[in-house]
Amino acid sequence: MLQLDFDEKKCLACETRDCLTRCQYMDLDAEAAGTEIQNLINGTDTRVLHDCRTCYACEEYCPMDNHPFYLIVSRQEELGIAPLPDPIVKQGIQMGIAFRGDPEIHEVNGPVLNMGVFSPLTRLARGKLFEGLTLISTDSRKMHHYFCQLMYLHFARTSVIKDRLPKVMDTIAAHKPTEVVHFHDECYGTYTSFAPAWGMEVPFSSIHLFEHLYNRLTELKDEIRPLNYKVTYQRPCSSRLSPDKHRFVDKIFDLIGVEHVQRQYQDEDALCCGSTILAQKKPDSRRFCLNQQKKNIEDMKEAGAELCIFNCPACMQTIGKQVAEHGIMPIWMSDLCRMAIGEQPA
Amino acid sequence: MDSVYRALADIVGEDYVSAQTEELFTYSKDLGTSEPRWPEYVAAPKTADEVSRIVEMANEKKLAVVPLGGGMSLAGLALALRGGITLDLKRMDQILELNEQGRYMVVEAGVSHGKVTSYLHKNAPHLMHSEPGAPPAATVGGNLAIHGQGDLAHPYGFNSDMINGLEVVLPTGEICRMGSCALGNDWYTLRPLPDLSLFMGWSGCTGIITKVSLRLFPCKKIQEQDVFVVENENLVPEILFKLTHVGMAEDLVVVSQEIPPPFNRLHYILINLAGDSREELEFKRQLIFDQNLAKYIQEGTGGIGAAGQDIERPVVSKTSDWRKGGGFEYVGAIVPVGFYPEGFRLGVEISARHDIPYTVLGRVVGCGHSMMFSWTYAFNRADEDTVSHARQALHETDERVLEMGGTLWKPAVFGQKLVMDRMDANTREVMRKVKTLLDPNGIMNPGNWEVA
Repeated sequence: MLQLDFDEKKCLACETRDCLTRCQYMDLDAEAAGTEIQNLINGTDTRVLHDCRTCYACEEYCPMDNHPFYLIVSRQEELGIAPLPDPIVKQGIQMGIAFRGDPEIHEVNGPVLNMGVFSPLTRLARGKLFEGLTLISTDSRKMHHYFCQLMYLHFARTSVIKDRLPKVMDTIAAHKPTEVVHFHDECYGTYTSFAPAWGMEVPFSSIHLFEHLYNRLTELKDEIRPLNYKVTYQRPCSSRLSPDKHRFVDKIFDLIGVEHVQRQYQDEDALCCGSTILAQKKPDSRRFCLNQQKKNIEDMKEAGAELCIFNCPACMQTIGKQVAEHGIMPIWMSDLCRMAIGEQPA
Repeated sequence: MDSVYRALADIVGEDYVSAQTEELFTYSKDLGTSEPRWPEYVAAPKTADEVSRIVEMANEKKLAVVPLGGGMSLAGLALALRGGITLDLKRMDQILELNEQGRYMVVEAGVSHGKVTSYLHKNAPHLMHSEPGAPPAATVGGNLAIHGQGDLAHPYGFNSDMINGLEVVLPTGEICRMGSCALGNDWYTLRPLPDLSLFMGWSGCTGIITKVSLRLFPCKKIQEQDVFVVENENLVPEILFKLTHVGMAEDLVVVSQEIPPPFNRLHYILINLAGDSREELEFKRQLIFDQNLAKYIQEGTGGIGAAGQDIERPVVSKTSDWRKGGGFEYVGAIVPVGFYPEGFRLGVEISARHDIPYTVLGRVVGCGHSMMFSWTYAFNRADEDTVSHARQALHETDERVLEMGGTLWKPAVFGQKLVMDRMDANTREVMRKVKTLLDPNGIMNPGNWEVA
């Protein structure tokens, strides 16, 4: 049975209790946070299990390199405190069921780009920035074989992830990749954070898309023409699982000559797109979600952003249209980078 | 060259008549499970006058005439069961008048719904009509001939409730108009003259619809679809009751299907909303989700599956992809909204017995007054065994639906007979009299709605 690599002694030694005191959705001082953390450790009911919006941020805030978010969602599942209504949980869990036969596996023996469950977005992975990468999971009928399953953290169903992930990893490994660039933060977070935290061995090495883009742009530096846009970035929840890779956002922006506007809700204080919050059981979740989105987009406008950069398809689907309606152009990070080297965006 | 062919060629021109096997082949088939039935001739008239002359000639020669629109019924309703002439009406596709202030348009009956939508989008984007769930090639006349419904069924009812006038060629060849247009007035109302609505729902057995005044409705600037999901089918009727009380939706459809997996054993209530501003849409959403559906969300029995997504019309033809071979046919029935749970369970049961992934769909008609419910069965066109299973499943569904108190919609001949067997004898006699009166030689789409 897989055990979470969670050391309660680290929590006892923690002075700041940032995981809860910095939470954007709960108002807890250090003393109250200490009590709630102890409840979490003991496996007893706590308001944290009911108030958590599943934004993943506490994984990043934790100064002790523990796994508070993984613990919270595990406890939610153990105690039957699902943040989402039952039909939405069932819908989500069924979404990951592969149903159109097995994928064709070709051994690559080289670097691959794993599209995960976003095969319909394969069009984004074109041009010089992706040369030398073999794409896997390009068939939308078979993409669920590559689905990292991490989404089920939002559903308080860690058990589903643990159950399905070994087979997904075997599928990716069967391509014999020398390294795997993950199109989505969520996949990268799965294989570099979640799986190790639960003692699961990952049979391939992973590279974050932004690190890959930065490295390729550096190689193509002579072809870069500064874009001179004022941009903001919609940080996805799963980026909290790889905070060390978030720095590549600014490194890319610097390299391609765009100004990353300073605003309130960015980096560690970024706001969730609301995709999950919208459907949560807590009273008024829909309106709360709308208010969050409004605050987020107003903040982008006040900072003078001309473009909003996305990497997460869920974020793009959830607020991309709203962003556009407020006069800020939503654009994929890969497209922005392609524009910088003179290519047409997808 | 025989005399019928020559007569048809004289009326519609050589280019628009055929008795060639390869062309008749196309008209011998339906997209559903029906066996091929061959016409002897196919003709494509351009005007009501040409239709009239063909019908007169057919009466003289006692030849069957089968009007054909888009050919989308799936139930074999435009197959030439007794041979004769298939009248392909798709050349009669002109848009004759648009009256923006009066909110109607006069069209030839062979015009496709896709063309009407496209025309309005270009020429009157603030107006819309009720487009059915069929592919855009479905024609206006064909849809009326089967009492179709479309994506404005919740506020305005059946598509056949949304007309202001008709022109029909009677089975004896006379051209006849219904509504204000019968007085030589504009085509602005079907009422209040004595009711002569003897042509809709008859599948062309009482005449050929050649012109239609279609009602148009406000088309708001923003149109979006929200989705509410429940697992317990018994909750669907009460949720629809709440939604129809609020009255904010333009279309309410419930879907449950085994494939793809996210839909399996869940019920997706698709709520189409429209507004001229974000504020208008948000007002509607507050009434729907924050007030009327909040109870289900908080107790965890229902949830918002999506909000603000682009409207995707529920096209049951996608079901044809559920198994290799690309075939599908469905039984449709008009039922009370409260029938949904039983109808869902019926679909699951019959589908499982025939090894077909289940697909059921219900669209609210009117303010919850009824629902068009469909049970769809996929089959492999190249595998007669699966075709046979689908056909059996359709027949079983016809029978069970009638036993459960449903009213079959656009039934195939098998279902028509079941309906007429159960029908009140006096009503059946009125049907017979109407048919005999209008079509004394029995030439119009024979084999359909024939009272024994």
